[in-house]
Amino acid sequence: MTTPSYTRADFQTDQEVRWCPGCGDYTILASVQQFLAALDRPREEFVFISGIGCSSRFPYYMNTFGMHSIHGRAPAIATGVATTRPDLSVWVVTGDGDALSIGGNHLIHVLRRNVNLKILLFNNQIYGLTKGQYSPTSEVGKTTKSSPFGSIDYPFNPVSLALGAEASFVARTLDMDRNHTQAILKAAYEHQGAAFIEIYQNCNVFNDKAFVQITGKEERVHNRVDLQNGKPIVFDGGSKAVVIREGQATVVESSSVDPNAILVHDETRPDPAIAFALSRLSHGPYGPTPLGIFRNVERPAYDTELNAQVAKAKGQLGEGDLAKLIRSHGTWTVEAESPNGG
Amino acid sequence: MADEIATAEPSSDPTEELEKLVVRFAGDSGDGMQLAGNRFTDASALFGNDLATLPNFPAEIRAPAGTLPGVSSFQVQIADFDILTAGDQPDCLVAMNPAALMTNLKDLRQGGTLIVNSDAFDERNLAKAGYESDPLGDDSLKGYRVIKVPMDDLTKEAVKGTGVKGRNVLRSKNLFALGLMAWLFHRPTEPTIDWIEKKFGKTEEVAAANIAAFQAGYNFGVTTEATKNTFEVKPAALEPGTYTNVNGNTALAWGLIAASRKSGLPLFYGSYPITPASDILHELSLHKNFGVRTFQAEDEIAGVGAAIGAAFAGSLAVTGSSGPGISLKSEGISLAFMLELPMIVINVQRGGPSTGLPTKPEQSDLLFSLYGRHGESPLPVLAIATPSQAFLMAIEAARIATKYMTPVILLSDNYVANGSEPWLLPDLDSIPDIEVEYAKHPNGPDGTFLPYMRNVDTFARPWAVPGTAGLEHRVGGIEKDALSGDVSYDPANHQLMTDIRGWKVANIANDIAPVEVVGGEDAEILVLGWGSTFGSIRAAANRTQLEGHKVATAHLKHLNPLPPNLGDVLRSYDKILIPELNTGQLLKVIRAEFLIDATGLSKVSGETFKISEIMEKILEMIK
Repeated sequence: MTTPSYTRADFQTDQEVRWCPGCGDYTILASVQQFLAALDRPREEFVFISGIGCSSRFPYYMNTFGMHSIHGRAPAIATGVATTRPDLSVWVVTGDGDALSIGGNHLIHVLRRNVNLKILLFNNQIYGLTKGQYSPTSEVGKTTKSSPFGSIDYPFNPVSLALGAEASFVARTLDMDRNHTQAILKAAYEHQGAAFIEIYQNCNVFNDKAFVQITGKEERVHNRVDLQNGKPIVFDGGSKAVVIREGQATVVESSSVDPNAILVHDETRPDPAIAFALSRLSHGPYGPTPLGIFRNVERPAYDTELNAQVAKAKGQLGEGDLAKLIRSHGTWTVEAESPNGG
Repeated sequence: MADEIATAEPSSDPTEELEKLVVRFAGDSGDGMQLAGNRFTDASALFGNDLATLPNFPAEIRAPAGTLPGVSSFQVQIADFDILTAGDQPDCLVAMNPAALMTNLKDLRQGGTLIVNSDAFDERNLAKAGYESDPLGDDSLKGYRVIKVPMDDLTKEAVKGTGVKGRNVLRSKNLFALGLMAWLFHRPTEPTIDWIEKKFGKTEEVAAANIAAFQAGYNFGVTTEATKNTFEVKPAALEPGTYTNVNGNTALAWGLIAASRKSGLPLFYGSYPITPASDILHELSLHKNFGVRTFQAEDEIAGVGAAIGAAFAGSLAVTGSSGPGISLKSEGISLAFMLELPMIVINVQRGGPSTGLPTKPEQSDLLFSLYGRHGESPLPVLAIATPSQAFLMAIEAARIATKYMTPVILLSDNYVANGSEPWLLPDLDSIPDIEVEYAKHPNGPDGTFLPYMRNVDTFARPWAVPGTAGLEHRVGGIEKDALSGDVSYDPANHQLMTDIRGWKVANIANDIAPVEVVGGEDAEILVLGWGSTFGSIRAAANRTQLEGHKVATAHLKHLNPLPPNLGDVLRSYDKILIPELNTGQLLKVIRAEFLIDATGLSKVSGETFKISEIMEKILEMIK
């Protein structure tokens, strides 16, 4: 069989895409389809597992194997796929409610175990499918249907959370920046182990312009901090820079510091502390906010290790012998001719 | 040193032959009673006795030493004939401390043998057990054959020179007790010594101390003639063949491996540790060379979730737990039902609700298994009756799950899981293969794939696993079109899909064994049971027959769907008794399904039925 040559259309299904017009999900879908088509990997080797929420309709629109499962459990279900089928490329599509609220436990554990999954967390900072309640990433004080006097819930910073769980690959991108998204997808795809990508996704119905500080034409110039491996972290036309002071990532005027003091981004640092510090530059898309790959380190993947144990056991003990197994606790024989035997 | 308060007439023959014997080892949970009981059992099994065991341990890992809640016990019945239960009343009780005596003496048969560790009967331990005066010094043990043995001192003496020190010295006293029991009941000693060498071989001094204590116990019996006579139970006239002694959790794990072999599907087990199901996880984890993948999940939900993923990807997927954990899996089980993926859900039941009695048997999750899900979601439900039967029931669960593309609930309980019995090893080649074929080719018009186009006989949908070119498809929890599997909110389609999913499971009734009745159609009463009460029910029926009554029994392996002949069977008896370790759950089902006025016998004390309890009820009903 020759290597398939795909276009984006090969990854589209005949299902009508039913997100609200103007939803950021459309752009993400197009980015993912375009990216997979370019890989030239047989599409039957891709599995997309989602939970519940607007973003979780994603698998219905991907012409691959897919499962739209139950709320918050996609990482657990995907773990079953990935550990039993290392030949597949397994993706999880989730949202801020799905991954960080009802499914928070599964998320931190797949990251800790480093299961070979690519996790796309669409963060729109709101519950869309249930029509507009605050989410675990909504800002304090947010007025919604379920918080008419303002939310008193302190939000998660998803990148900080993933780094805290010692995820081996952590990145952040934006729905509307297709090139950036695809570059991140590529790095995640090539990573062995769990790859966590927070995608800022605009919900134009219930939480429009949540990310305007880093997407708006004026605002992004000042606030978008692009992390580039091996390069000093500077932004706002080079006028601002990030340095580490007293263990914290701090924004300074570039001209005010020795250029050698500017933090050089290294996504491969074994210790996650500096990546974590970078994730604390902003606690959401407010003010200078880093985008790009925070961390990309090598660590044994759970599914690789599990399958290695199986292979090793077979190598050491030989292929299991069932007849021997059921006799392994000692046996005795009752003879036919002397029923009272022994 | 040992004296005897014999009230029963001592036999003139120093070795008395018994048909059966019930022995209970009781002590502090740190005294190693489970180990002593298991060794006594294995030696008896290898000797050729039939046997049945009943472990009973506290939920606390180590309750305070010497207290009543800290008592752990292990009961075994051995016999020279085919027995069905671990016995109602011990003939011999080993009590390692006053608390063990206090909690267990009430069960000892009058005239039975009582072996006590007299060193443990000091003021402190007596007070902890609630004794006002020392029972070894007053008349309170009159009526039993009492053997007082200073086991602490004798064990200390025996292990001198082996190198064990400090607290480890007295750790061997369970083996001293076991040695004495081996002498008293003519158990072979080699299997125990071999076992100690194998088990403790890595730490030589521990192995040496244990062997020394075991032999000292045995020799103590020989040299002091601790009792005037000893007892022997000859090997049972069991069916010819090769036997092993197995408990239910182990047999279940082996059955899953066998199902994997018979189906050619790799086995995946996703589970979170919970009493009394954890041993299934432990056993399966040992056997990776059978291609078994075990996954200790972060919680119960992830356990079932990973199993769903593994099933979607083509494995023989299993998740296991006990009642509280199954509650957490409930949403996932409904998803698997909706997706129509094969999966086995094991529920090793325990006393409930909530944490309940986690180390005691109960059958109170039957209605939960049948109905404990949201939406219309009937599932096949199977129940294991005896420890060794778990092997074939695991294979049956896998057969139904894969043939009908459905999750299957397999019920065990603490009595099956931890109890053991001799198992006549099956001829593995005679167990039929489980035919499983993944979908390979598109089945719809123009090369399309219709993931919900069904087999006309089984109503099962195709199992199309990722990696198969041309079969890319999406499944989901949302209602699906009856053929394409695409999201459908069409009212008629939901009606149809609900009906089809129901028919599919109901139709399995035509593919399971009819319920067997033991005892004739002219019996005065039918005793119907399910699960681990099998032994008590059958034994009670047998005994009642011996008294000249006609009693029939039937035991259900399939609780949903029920065997197709069950209605006819039930209608052919005037009286039907359903004993259950719950408040009448099968009773409710039988009344609802067949409009039959059956009578229940309920027990929820955390103990299994005594044979006598069922027998009394039978007699009361047929009077």
